[in-house]
Amino acid sequence: MKARKKLLTMGLGAVAAVAVAALPAGAANTPKRGGILTYMIPADAPPSFDGHRETTYATVHATAPFYSVLIRVNPDNPSSTTDFTCDLCTEMPKPTDGGKTYTFKIRQGVKWHDGSPLTAADVAASWQEIVHPPEGVSSARESYFVMVDKIEAPDATTVVFKLKFATSAFLPALADPYAYIYKKEILDKDPHWYEKNIMGSGPFKFDGYEAGQSIKGVRNPDYYHQGQPYLDGFVGIFAAKESVRVDAIRADRAAMEFRGLPPSSVDQLEKELGDKLSVQRSDWNCGNLVTPNHKKKPFDDARVRRALALAIDSWHDAPALSKIATVHTVAGIVFPGSPLAATKDELQKIAGFWPDINKSRDEAKRLLKEAGAEGLTFTLLNRNVDQPYKYVAIWLIDEWSKIGLKVTQRVLPTGPFFEALRNNDFDVTLDFNCQGVVNPLLDVGKFLPHTVYTENYGNYEDQKEIDMYQAMLHEADPGKVRGEMRAFETYVLDTQTHMIMTPWWYRVIPYRSYVKGWKISPSHYINQDLANVWLDK
Amino acid sequence: MGIPAPGDAMYRYIVNRLLLAVPTLAGAAALVFILMRLIPGDICVVRLASGGGTFDPHSVDVCHAELGLDRPMAVQFLDFALGFFRLDFGISMWTGKTVAYEIGARLPISIEVALLATVVAIAFAIPLGTISALKQNSWLDVVVRTVAIAGIATPSFWLGIVVLLVILEVTNKFTGSPWMPPIDYVPLWQDPVRNLAMAFWPAVTVGYRYSAVTMRMTRSAMLEVLREDYIRTARAKGLIDRIVINRHALKNALLPVVTLIGIEFAFLIGGLVVTEQVFNLNGIGRLFVLSVQNQDYTLTQALVMLVVTVFVISNLLVDVLYAWLDPRIRFG
Repeated sequence: MKARKKLLTMGLGAVAAVAVAALPAGAANTPKRGGILTYMIPADAPPSFDGHRETTYATVHATAPFYSVLIRVNPDNPSSTTDFTCDLCTEMPKPTDGGKTYTFKIRQGVKWHDGSPLTAADVAASWQEIVHPPEGVSSARESYFVMVDKIEAPDATTVVFKLKFATSAFLPALADPYAYIYKKEILDKDPHWYEKNIMGSGPFKFDGYEAGQSIKGVRNPDYYHQGQPYLDGFVGIFAAKESVRVDAIRADRAAMEFRGLPPSSVDQLEKELGDKLSVQRSDWNCGNLVTPNHKKKPFDDARVRRALALAIDSWHDAPALSKIATVHTVAGIVFPGSPLAATKDELQKIAGFWPDINKSRDEAKRLLKEAGAEGLTFTLLNRNVDQPYKYVAIWLIDEWSKIGLKVTQRVLPTGPFFEALRNNDFDVTLDFNCQGVVNPLLDVGKFLPHTVYTENYGNYEDQKEIDMYQAMLHEADPGKVRGEMRAFETYVLDTQTHMIMTPWWYRVIPYRSYVKGWKISPSHYINQDLANVWLDK
Repeated sequence: MGIPAPGDAMYRYIVNRLLLAVPTLAGAAALVFILMRLIPGDICVVRLASGGGTFDPHSVDVCHAELGLDRPMAVQFLDFALGFFRLDFGISMWTGKTVAYEIGARLPISIEVALLATVVAIAFAIPLGTISALKQNSWLDVVVRTVAIAGIATPSFWLGIVVLLVILEVTNKFTGSPWMPPIDYVPLWQDPVRNLAMAFWPAVTVGYRYSAVTMRMTRSAMLEVLREDYIRTARAKGLIDRIVINRHALKNALLPVVTLIGIEFAFLIGGLVVTEQVFNLNGIGRLFVLSVQNQDYTLTQALVMLVVTVFVISNLLVDVLYAWLDPRIRFG
C-alpha cells in the first residue's frame, strides 16, 4: 500500500514537472497586478507640468504617466529608432497626397480622468497648441513642425495633419513624448491651465504633488489599453543629489531612476546588491559637441578647427572614458544605430575619426603651422555639470596638448554658461545636443547656423550647409536621404569642421530586479508612462 | 502676561527695534535685487535650453513677457518692494506658483530640523559645558573640549554623509538589508514615526556642531562667572554647590549662550544648504540654492527677506530674553 502511494506520488510529481516544462517561456514573466513603484527623479522640481512648454526631463518623469499621446515609440521595443505605434490612434496611417496628408482614426471610448469622453477635437486642439501656439503661449518644440500646414478634426474620431511638404521627419516628430493630449475645453478657457494642473487620459490619475518633494499617481481604472497599467500607483521622489538616489536604490527606498547613473555608482550598486539589481544599457540620444567660436580668431580658419578635430583619438580613448563617464560610442552626427548613421568605414574617412591617430595628429600640426596657430592658447567654456561634461573636457584638453595646444577650462553654472554663449563670450565651448525620439533629420539641425537653429552658438553663416540640409529634409527616398546625410556630415565635421563630435552619451539604468516590464530607450524622455511596468514581489 | 501698557519701557523698546528693522529690510531688499540682476544669465533661456534640445526663440520672448522681465528695472523693484510690505511676495519665476506656496511647502521641515537641532544642542551643550568648567583641566574637561573642537571642525554635511553611510552599513551587517531614513517628508501629525525618522538624523548631525559651539561658550562663560566675588561669597555662606551653580552661576553664564543660540537658530533657517541635499530634505536652504541657480529673482528675493526677518526677530527675542535673565538690564 505504502509502495503504491509512493509510486503514485512520484508519478504525479513527474506529470507536474512535464506540465511546468510545457508552459510557455513567458509564463514566469506574466505581469502581476498591484504594488506602488517608487522611483527617483534626478531634479529638484519641474518648472511646470506642461509638456508642451518644457524641455526638461523633470517634467516628463513627473507627468508622463498621467497623459496620452497620439503615437509613440513602441513601449515594447523602445530601443528601436523606427518602430512607432499608436497610443490614442487605432492604426498607423499611410500618408496620402504625395506624403503630405496623414489621417489618424482616434480610439473610441477613451475617457478623461474627469470621466468625460476624449474626442478627435481634443487631439487636434492639443496639436494646434504645439504646432501653432496662440499668442502668449509657449511651445518649446514649435520649430520641429515647420512641415505642418494644418491640423483638422473633421469628425469626432478623425484627425488630419496636412503638411507643406512630404518628409520622413514628420512621424518621428509626432511621436514626441512631450506631446501630451490635453482637453480642448480646458485649453479654450485657459491655455496656461496645464502649467500648474494635471488632468489627462493616461494610465495613472493624479493623486498629489508636494512641491519639490514628490508626485503621486494611482491607477486609472478606465485606461484604454486593456489590462494596463499593472501598478496600483507610483511615487516619484525628487532628489537632485546623486548619492541620495544611489543610497535610496541600495536601501530600497526607491526602485530606480530613469535618467541614468555614472559607471562608478552602477559598479557600487552591483557590488552591494548582486542579483537584487538589474541593469539596462543603451546608447543615449545625447552628446557633447566641441563648438569653436567662428567669430574669434583663429577659429574663423577652417584649418585650425580641423586641427582640433584631428587631435582627438576617440577610437582608442572611448573605452577607457566609458569606465568613468557616461559616454561610450564613437559615431558621427547621427545617433549610432539609426539607419542613417555612418558605418565605421564611412566615419573613418572624416577628420577626427581617422584610424591612424599619429597620422591624424601630424596633419593637425601641419594645419596649425600653415594657419600660423602653432602653440595656440585658448579657453574651453564648459557647463558646471560633472557627468559627462567635466570628464570629456579634461580629456579633450589632454588630447589637444598632444598637438602643442595649451587649453584651460572655464566652468560656469547653467545660467551664466548660456549667457556666455549668447554673448559670444568664449573661444571654444563644449556644447551639448540632447534630443528625444531619434529623428536624425531634425536632430542634426543643431549643426545648422544660428540664423536657422538658434541653439547653435558657433557664430557662422553657411548657405551651402543650409541648402544641403533643406534638400535632405525634403527628400522622400530613404536611400537618397542616407547619401545626402553622409555628404552633410562630411561637410559639417570635415570640410568646414563647424563642430566636433565627442563620444555619444551612454545611458545606464540600474534598478531593483523586482521591477519588470520597463525597457530602456535611447532617450530619457521616452517610455515614461509606466503603463507596462509591474512589480515581481 | 497681558498686553504691555503704552508707557512700559519694554514695550517701547520692542516697538523701536521693530521700526529699526524697516531700514534694515529695505537695504537688504535693494541689495538682493541688484545682486541678482548682476548675475549673468536668463531664467527663460535656462528653462528652455538646459534640456539640450531645440526650442523656439519666440518662446523666450513669451517667457519674458509672462515674468515681467521686459518691464523697466525701476518698475520691477517697486513691484517687489511694495509687494513685500503688503506681504505679497509675488510669483516664482520658475514654477509660476506663488512664492508663499513655494516657501510654505518647505518651511515646516526647516523649522522642525532647526528646533530639533536646538534641543539637541541645548541638551548636550549646557550640561557638558558646565561640567567642563567645573572640572577644569581634568580628563573630563579634556574629553569634552576635544569633542567640542571636533564638532566645530567637522562640516555638518560631511558628517551627514558619513552618518548615512554608517547607518546603511550597520543595518546591512546586522539585518542583511541596508536601511536609510525616509527621503520624502510627511508632517509630524500625519505620521510621527516616519517624520521623526527623517528629521532625527539631520537634527543630530547639525545639532552636533551647534552644541559644540554652544558648549565652548557655556564653558567659557561659566569659568568667568565662577571667579566672581559673589560666587565666593555664596560658597562662604555655606550654600551647597548645586545651588551655587544652578541658582547663581549658570543664570549669569547663560547670557552670552542665549545670544549664541539665537544666532545659530536663525542661521539654521535657510542655512543648511548642503545638509538638506544630503538628507534630501525639502527645506528652505535647498530652495535657496535652487532659486539662485534658476535665476528665479522673485523667489530669491523673498527668501533673502525671510532670512533677514528671521535674524531680526531672533535677535529681538534674544534681547528680550536678556532682560528676563538679568534684571539689571533696562530698556529705556
